[in-house]
Amino acid sequence: MNTWRNVWTITKRELGAYFTSPLAYIFIVIFLLLCGFFTFFVARFLDAGEASLVRPFFDWHPWFYLFLVPAVGMRLWAEERRVGTIELLLTMPITAWQAIVGKFLASWLFLGLALVLTFPMVMTVNYLGSPDNGVILTAYVGSWLMAGAYLAISCVASALTRSQVVSFIIAVMICLFLILAGYPPVINVLEQFASGHLADFVTSFSVMTHFEGFQKGVLDSRDILFFLSVIGFSLFTTSVILRTHRAG
Amino acid sequence: MIKVQNLAKTFGAKRAVDGVSFSVDRGEVLGFLGPNGAGKSTTMRMVTGFLPPSGGTASIGGFDIVEHPIQAKRLMGYLPENAPAYTDMTVYGFLNFAAEIRGLSGDAKKQAVTRVVEMCFLEPVLHQSVETLSKGYRHRTCFAQSIIHDPDVLVLDEPTDGLDPNQKHEIRQLIRRMGQKKAIIFSTHILEEVDAVCSRAIIIDRGRIVANGTPQELRQKSEWAGAVTLRVKGVASSAVTARLGQVPLVKRVTLVEEKDGRVTVRAFPRSDANSALAQAVGEAAREWQIEQLHSEEGRLDEVFRSITMPDTAKEAA
Ligand SMILES: Nc1ncnc2c1ncn2[C@@H]1O[C@H](COP(=O)(O)OP(=O)(O)OP(=O)(O)O)[C@@H](O)[C@H]1O
Ligand SMILES: [Mg+2]
Repeated sequence: MNTWRNVWTITKRELGAYFTSPLAYIFIVIFLLLCGFFTFFVARFLDAGEASLVRPFFDWHPWFYLFLVPAVGMRLWAEERRVGTIELLLTMPITAWQAIVGKFLASWLFLGLALVLTFPMVMTVNYLGSPDNGVILTAYVGSWLMAGAYLAISCVASALTRSQVVSFIIAVMICLFLILAGYPPVINVLEQFASGHLADFVTSFSVMTHFEGFQKGVLDSRDILFFLSVIGFSLFTTSVILRTHRAG
Repeated sequence: MIKVQNLAKTFGAKRAVDGVSFSVDRGEVLGFLGPNGAGKSTTMRMVTGFLPPSGGTASIGGFDIVEHPIQAKRLMGYLPENAPAYTDMTVYGFLNFAAEIRGLSGDAKKQAVTRVVEMCFLEPVLHQSVETLSKGYRHRTCFAQSIIHDPDVLVLDEPTDGLDPNQKHEIRQLIRRMGQKKAIIFSTHILEEVDAVCSRAIIIDRGRIVANGTPQELRQKSEWAGAVTLRVKGVASSAVTARLGQVPLVKRVTLVEEKDGRVTVRAFPRSDANSALAQAVGEAAREWQIEQLHSEEGRLDEVFRSITMPDTAKEAA
């Protein structure tokens, strides 16, 4: 009860922080432009002749997020440490967990908002034909979960350093690994030079593999669990890092 | 209210705080003095639960800061060094956030914000962004945050740093007033503040407490305590020092200044001299034209120096 009140207070503050800086608006505009551009021009959504949003639109998300999510998450802890407000935050009568979850939620909601703002796409396909809106919905859910996983990783990177730039780079690297682990060319190489087991093992860490199901309209508990555990594990790592900084 | 026992903190191989113990009761204001890098801020960071101690314990109102951090933190307000505040908020937004996270809501929150805005004179900048505040106003904003829930315990790291003289005065008054009902620790580099505000002071050096007492007691440690300063006109300095040197109560005499035919000397008392020295010096100087004669109370800055840098202080004396 009190726990969620504290979390919500932190979340509100962080959300406010996004919208007082131009960064939030720039981010949303870039995200929408990228979505539109890639869907209509690169994937040639209109020429494909089939009224399905899923492939031309959602296929790009793992790649958009690769840069956009670390940009959203980079300030979470790095800025707090640079300015010294972390000393205020962690001497308030709240637990470090409440602060970590509150901050994460704020950014995740923000990403959710950006995603929701792509709704004109959905309206367009519905105008052009009769797509399976259920599949679109699961793909949205999957995309948001995937964004959450990237974001939690960005949290870890942000807790590692006082510099937002360094935090951004670290987060992009880790996320890139999570994509490439399931990227077909990489899998092929792995299968050629190593055993199929290894390839399977590596692939099981990839966001691509787990996002796939959502795009087909399947809500597989294993995929959901994968994203949730990446989030849980990363947030836990964040708390460990924050603690070790202070232990000296 | 605040109880600190054998608190220690090591950073790598460095012992920043090395076995510090003290306690502060309600109604006390404890001044924390010490040279740069002595470990004042580190001690405060442990007391407030920001840094986990490497050794020892600290408790606030009976709650151990490590075992029961939330209960302990509830009782406490903290102004960190350099007064950090969220730059992306307005002063008003920041204070509201501080009130909310302290569990205040509705009318209680509104009243709390209004109260600290008045106390810290933040009205003119209330809707300004923290980022564009002047240093003094940022300091006051962060100070306001620390007292927003009217805590029983206050930990203030250099609360008057960066304030103009009027504000320094106001904040000192405020600390002293609040000190009647709360337990307060504050650190400072301004020694007059100790007299103006503290009921007790601790001098800390290289992580250890080297002196602890009321400002009066600390001053007594000064060589200067009870020394007598004399200024006379028209006499050679050698004659003055020689004559005073023969007074039985005097331990030694130093020449302070010789200018325009005036000689200023200071006579330091033997340990048994107490208040009789001024009288004795006055009698010895009877035939001269005395312009000034007063006894020193002992000076904190001199105590501070002689304790925290023993070698150089001796040379200066
Ligand atoms: N996070 C840290 N890592 C390593 N060393 C540290 C850390 N924080 C403080 N120190 C060291 O601990 C010592 C005590 O620092 P502290 O900030 O407590 O001093 P202080 O008494 O507050 O000094 P000042 O008057 O300058 O504020 C210093 O030598 C400092 O370099
Ligand atoms: Mg300090």
